[in-house]
Amino acid sequence: MKIYHIETLGALDGPGIRVVIFLQGCPLKCRYCHNADSWSMTSGETYTVEALYEWVMRYEVYIKLGGGVTFSGGEPLLQAKELLPLILKLKQRGIHVAVDTSGGVYNQDTEILLQTVDLVLLDVKHTDASAYYDLTCGSLAPTLKTLSFLKTHHIPYWIRQVIVTGIHDSESQVKALDRLTYSSDRKKIELKPYKPNGLSKWPASHQHLCLNVDETPDAVMNQMMQLLESD
Amino acid sequence: MKDMTHAWRGFNGGQWKTNVDVRAFIMDNVTPYLDDESFLSPPTERIIKLWEQVQALLKEENARGGVYAIDTERVSSPLSYAPGYIDATLERIVGLQTDEPLKRGVNPFGGIRMARQACEAYGYTLSDTVESQFSYKTTHNEGVFRVYSDTMKQLRSEGVLTGLPDAYGRGRIIGDYRRVALYGLRYLIDHKKQEKAHFMTQSMDESTIRLIEELHKQIEFLEKMGEMALAYGDDIFAPATDSREAIQWTYYAYLAAIKEQNGAAMSLGRVGTFLDIYITRDLLENKITEAEAQALMDDFVIKLRLARQLRTPDYNALFAGDPLWITESLGGMAEDGRTLVTKNTFRFMHTLTNLGPAPEPNLTVLWSKDLPNAFKQYCAKMSIKTDALQYENDDLMRPIYGDDYGIACCVSAMRIGKEMQFFGARCNLPKTLLLALGGGEASGLNIPGIQSVGQGVLNYEDVIKRLDETLKWLCGEYVNTMNIIHFMHDKYAYEKTQMALHDANVHRYMAFGIAGLSVVADSLSAIKYAHVEPIFDAKGQLESFKTTGDFPMYGNDDDRVDDIAVWLTERFMTHLKAHKTYREAEHTLSVLTITSNVVYGKKTKATPDGRASGEPFAPGANPMHQREKRGALAALNSVSKLPYASCKDGISCTFSITPKSLGQDIEIQKQNLAMVLEGYFTKPSHHLNVNVIDPKQLVDAMAHPEHYPNLTIRVSGYAVNFCKLEKEHQLEVIQRTYHQSM
Repeated sequence: MKIYHIETLGALDGPGIRVVIFLQGCPLKCRYCHNADSWSMTSGETYTVEALYEWVMRYEVYIKLGGGVTFSGGEPLLQAKELLPLILKLKQRGIHVAVDTSGGVYNQDTEILLQTVDLVLLDVKHTDASAYYDLTCGSLAPTLKTLSFLKTHHIPYWIRQVIVTGIHDSESQVKALDRLTYSSDRKKIELKPYKPNGLSKWPASHQHLCLNVDETPDAVMNQMMQLLESD
Repeated sequence: MKDMTHAWRGFNGGQWKTNVDVRAFIMDNVTPYLDDESFLSPPTERIIKLWEQVQALLKEENARGGVYAIDTERVSSPLSYAPGYIDATLERIVGLQTDEPLKRGVNPFGGIRMARQACEAYGYTLSDTVESQFSYKTTHNEGVFRVYSDTMKQLRSEGVLTGLPDAYGRGRIIGDYRRVALYGLRYLIDHKKQEKAHFMTQSMDESTIRLIEELHKQIEFLEKMGEMALAYGDDIFAPATDSREAIQWTYYAYLAAIKEQNGAAMSLGRVGTFLDIYITRDLLENKITEAEAQALMDDFVIKLRLARQLRTPDYNALFAGDPLWITESLGGMAEDGRTLVTKNTFRFMHTLTNLGPAPEPNLTVLWSKDLPNAFKQYCAKMSIKTDALQYENDDLMRPIYGDDYGIACCVSAMRIGKEMQFFGARCNLPKTLLLALGGGEASGLNIPGIQSVGQGVLNYEDVIKRLDETLKWLCGEYVNTMNIIHFMHDKYAYEKTQMALHDANVHRYMAFGIAGLSVVADSLSAIKYAHVEPIFDAKGQLESFKTTGDFPMYGNDDDRVDDIAVWLTERFMTHLKAHKTYREAEHTLSVLTITSNVVYGKKTKATPDGRASGEPFAPGANPMHQREKRGALAALNSVSKLPYASCKDGISCTFSITPKSLGQDIEIQKQNLAMVLEGYFTKPSHHLNVNVIDPKQLVDAMAHPEHYPNLTIRVSGYAVNFCKLEKEHQLEVIQRTYHQSM
């Protein structure tokens, strides 16, 4: 497995406190990406399942109290096949496992993985296919398939969306996201402000694609969140 | 015994009645509280008015450069000053160190030179009266320097052994102040007299003679304590009969101690749950309301927040923020499995809400996995709101010290009234490594068998051998230095009041310390896993290092380097134990720096880990600033590996995290912080300072201190008012690692 980074105290990526394992490699090139150096599959540190399991177990006393492990990225589903044995091992130990994904990879392996984890944190990025492409250089289709798989298999999920000024900060966009992602298995919908940093991690050849927008103001964030609550 | 019948009405048990045994009294009468904080009361009108007056005084103290006033005319003692009040019409708990709030007394028993310098630093001159009194007296400081060897003086002036209590009061002794409330002075004095009579029947060897003389002094000062209280209108020769008296008697005992001694850390002990028993009885008897009970605790804490000692600027550089370490140990479990959390534990912590955050008293939660969950959540909430709490592992300490120990200073555990310690500051470990590499000649030190390493890449095995030899030699000098200091302190500045509130025969610890552990662990790791070449100056003296390549760093849960840190503490302890201590004290070791990590760093040249010359060390057992790459729990795991068995005087760790990294709202942050604490103390970790703060706020406070009069932050086993720190300490606090979400 190729690992981009390990954060031992994550409190924002799922319930409780979590060891967050960021996997290397991503099929998307989001224009607001904070970790552009996680895109390439050729870098990152290689870990075996055993080594990662041993690492996570060092934090068992912390994460068994209501937290767990979250696999993030990069795009963790890109390494679904390699990841599965580790997730099974953690589940066997009674540890809560979440996966933080764009849903941008969809295949037989990801289907198995999604059915194995306790929670999926799904970042849809955009509800409109052409806007999605402009924002991520990728296709919305696999994300929609992932979303519908979650709904049909009743897999609990949270929706997370970064709000970028001029792209997501409209009533129609927020409502569209709400409508698209709604189901009884959606446990939470989180909007997060865009924060401009991370350009330094972009490959020089792509830096012109990186968004140059200000941080989303608190007032806008509050307004967007109220739109969700008013439903 | 008529006194006793009324004072002890309704109390259970009997063993504590015939013997001085406060623990037994607590165990027989404690009412554990398992519920949440919803019963707590806001401040009463009286407290609001009183606190307003105190805040004005504190502001004025600040405006006067940190010292409100000094009484240079007399030597501080329990009876030197007429009774002092803030506003007698508003105070129900009374007593000040001098005749005016915040006015500092002079206490030259540690050393007359320090007292003189301290007065001069704030624009005062020590009076001729005091000067002439002390021209006929030997101070502790003079005694020590009569005996110090040249090598000891050299180690001291080179800053290898540093911060030693040879010119100031050693502190770190906790009187069992509760005894005065429970028994009254008459009972305690009679008991001491009986003990004295008993020792007089024994053969008069040196230790017996010394003990008898000490008992004589103790009795004398218990009498003085009683007289001091009489001047305020209270007869504490009799036991306390209600909650006001229990709090007041306990406070008088503490007050007498801080009037008599200017010790570095003058800790309170573990009074909260003891006082709860009196409050519970008064509530049952309908004598007070909850609001009045809280007001008494608020009043008590106001007094503690006013406690001051007079110190020199040099001293303040080591122990920044004007601390007294009025450490109160809260919570914990009894050996029988009941919790010692009571409603009064909550009331004590609630003073942070009623009066606002403050560094004193130094509230220390004894954490156990078995504490009531509601209390754990309340602790986490108060840490998030105030940054004023520290936590220590009760499950680790209780098997060693029982269930009636307290914390002196930051992390030093001792059985209350039964154990004391000889405080020994600390050894600068990075400097010791540099001595091991460069030899001692440059400093005029002759370290047997250690010459300079010479040119070329350092060999790990060779360096370890040198370091171990150097430590072996240094520990011998360290123990001997401490023996001299504490012999002289007992002789010339004996803590009569505090020791009067101990059993006659006490167990003594001799508490050694190390600073810069993470710097040395990383340096050795660099030598082992990367390439380190020493660089010499024109005179051939070791100047700095050229380090190439990567190496594992302490603070990332990497056993390759964490094991080196463990090895260092174990070797240090082994070498200490090879030497005999004064009064058969038990050797202990702390990994604690107070705020001396800044001064020590300043005086230490570059080290092989890449730390530049003059750069501060990390505080306590913390990883070096910004070297933690795998998040907070990895850093905590590195610290958790340090063995308490070799570091029984405490392993201090300061944990700082931004609020948003703990969760989106206070409810979630609270739960998550409680999980961090629970996990950390499930490992055999010892201590954690918790700060939940955005460092941007600290940067802003440096620019606009007037907006942050109460900004409190935990630095190293104690808390400070951030705006009272010197600039270099403020900068070091800001440079520390604040864990934040990616």
